[in-house]
Amino acid sequence: MADEQQVIEKPEAHEIIARGYTFGTITDQISAVVLTKRTPLFWFASFGVGFLLLQGLLVSAVLLFGKGVGIWGIRTPVMWGFAITNFVWWIGIGHAGTLISAILLLLNQKWRNSINRFAEAMTLFAVACAGLFPILHMGRPWLAYWLFPYPNSMMVEPNFRSPLVWDVFAVSTYATVSAVFWFVGLIPDLGTLRDRTKNLFGKYVYGILAMGWRGSARHWSVYETASLLLSGLATPLVLSVHTVVSFDFTIAIVPGWHSTFFPPYFVAGAIYSGFAMVLALAIPLRSVYGLQGLITDRHLENSGKVMLATGLIVAYSYIMETFMAWYSGSVYEQQAFWNRMTGPYAFQYWFLVTCNIVAPQLLWFKKFRKSPVLLFISSIVVLSGMWLERFMIIVSSLAQDYVPSSWSLFRATRWDWATYWGTIGLFLFLFFLFVRLLPMISIFEVRTLLPQAKVGEEVKG
Amino acid sequence: MKEGVYGVMAEFDNPGALVSATRAAREQGYRKLDAYTPFPIEELNDVMHLHKNKLPLIVLCGGLLGGLTGYLLQYFVTVIYFPINIGGRPLHSWPSYIIITFELTILFGALSAVLGLLGLCGLPMPYHPVFNVPRFSAASRDRFFLCIEAADPLFDVEKTSSFLSTLEAKEVSEVAH
Repeated sequence: MADEQQVIEKPEAHEIIARGYTFGTITDQISAVVLTKRTPLFWFASFGVGFLLLQGLLVSAVLLFGKGVGIWGIRTPVMWGFAITNFVWWIGIGHAGTLISAILLLLNQKWRNSINRFAEAMTLFAVACAGLFPILHMGRPWLAYWLFPYPNSMMVEPNFRSPLVWDVFAVSTYATVSAVFWFVGLIPDLGTLRDRTKNLFGKYVYGILAMGWRGSARHWSVYETASLLLSGLATPLVLSVHTVVSFDFTIAIVPGWHSTFFPPYFVAGAIYSGFAMVLALAIPLRSVYGLQGLITDRHLENSGKVMLATGLIVAYSYIMETFMAWYSGSVYEQQAFWNRMTGPYAFQYWFLVTCNIVAPQLLWFKKFRKSPVLLFISSIVVLSGMWLERFMIIVSSLAQDYVPSSWSLFRATRWDWATYWGTIGLFLFLFFLFVRLLPMISIFEVRTLLPQAKVGEEVKG
Repeated sequence: MKEGVYGVMAEFDNPGALVSATRAAREQGYRKLDAYTPFPIEELNDVMHLHKNKLPLIVLCGGLLGGLTGYLLQYFVTVIYFPINIGGRPLHSWPSYIIITFELTILFGALSAVLGLLGLCGLPMPYHPVFNVPRFSAASRDRFFLCIEAADPLFDVEKTSSFLSTLEAKEVSEVAH
């Protein structure tokens, strides 16, 4: 079938999809990224960088398997170091994808339709990166399956009263549910690719993955129910995951960790960094692939607003955290926060306050939110700030706890950095494979945004 | 009924025409029919009376099963199979079971939603007669199809085809088995 000529106007400021699209041109434009268009240099560059960094991860993982976790800078008392910092950071990034795909679906926010697919992919790959760290951090990663309760000859079972075991269940459930939710969302679009590809191998692969989807009205009806139910299940799940991650801290009695507002504070921080990652991915992708008609300035602006709102919650948490330390009357809590602000990690502390609280205040200005370049920069600033926040919580509290004689500072080694950048490589590698092989925007959901998709009043019975 | 015919299919180029045609076919008494569209159309559910399906029930059962599994697993391990005194807490320390019970409820619920979706739709189904219509590949792009199946008691290739031609259809074709 001959592709239609694209006649797309520049989208107005408030529009979530440019005028002039038809069902056909939407399909062509999104599937062309995968099927026909020549792969842009940007793709090769990003994929290449990801691939190189991934090699760093492999080398450091091999070394870690051979020599043990001593290659990292973790020494008593800072035994969590980078590994758990990176774990919390990555899993937080994942949260925005589920927020966009599930919570915004339940809230009937139509603008989510053109960003949910790649945001969900982002979730999946971020959770994959996150999951690596606790496993690598175990010391004997090949025994990771001991985390699960299974009948074994040692007659030993996990301790279900430990938040670390809760975390295993929360994160593995989150990974599984995100994966199936993402795949269910892909089925109709896989059908589209199956019908559109000219490549025989592609026809088979997409055909098998689409499982014979034919767009039957009976199927759509069940499909819509399934999407709603999965969203309803994913919504409490996503809120629970970072809550459980925060239990890893709050249930311990380490000063600076043992507080009841960690769950909402962590969830807000997760969504904050996640939307920053959504922007950091969406802004380059839409300009490279010319998708400004589908991912419009409105999307970027809305994401900026979500960042501002969650950033303010995070700011409030920082203030409350410090206030509560003072108000608690506990010298240990007070000491922990005084150390954060003036101690050996003072530079990191004030840097993260600048990144997470001061800099995002620029998002109040519409002009700032309208500029993709500035938004991109602010998303990188927030991502760095949120990484530092987790670093601060973990390292400063562990380095200087109750007994000054046991205090010791954390120094990251080159393998700490290689593992961290290696997971960024893994993320880029997986994400750009996804962009190349699967439709990064949900085609069928964007079709429903068109005015043509509305069935007129005259046919209503 | 002619041997080797699955049904007759009409093609439309907008969702409104498809919905009116489906309604007209229902009013003619056809029941074994299905519409094929590139995106979900709410009004088709009204016309084809598709508002109820068993999926919520399946997910409810899956979720309950997951919750029970989670709680009983922890109860069995901490009370019966591997009782161990941790910080003087009672063996049946139910508040610490809440998280895993919740997570397994969600996990089983979500998996039963996906399996239920596939089961109720009869997927995976690599072959289906509608794919024999050459223009059907546009059903995943920008065309809307209505297929009246030969299994319908009122079905007659000639009559049904001419009936469908009266409904603003762009094209009417027979669907081979």
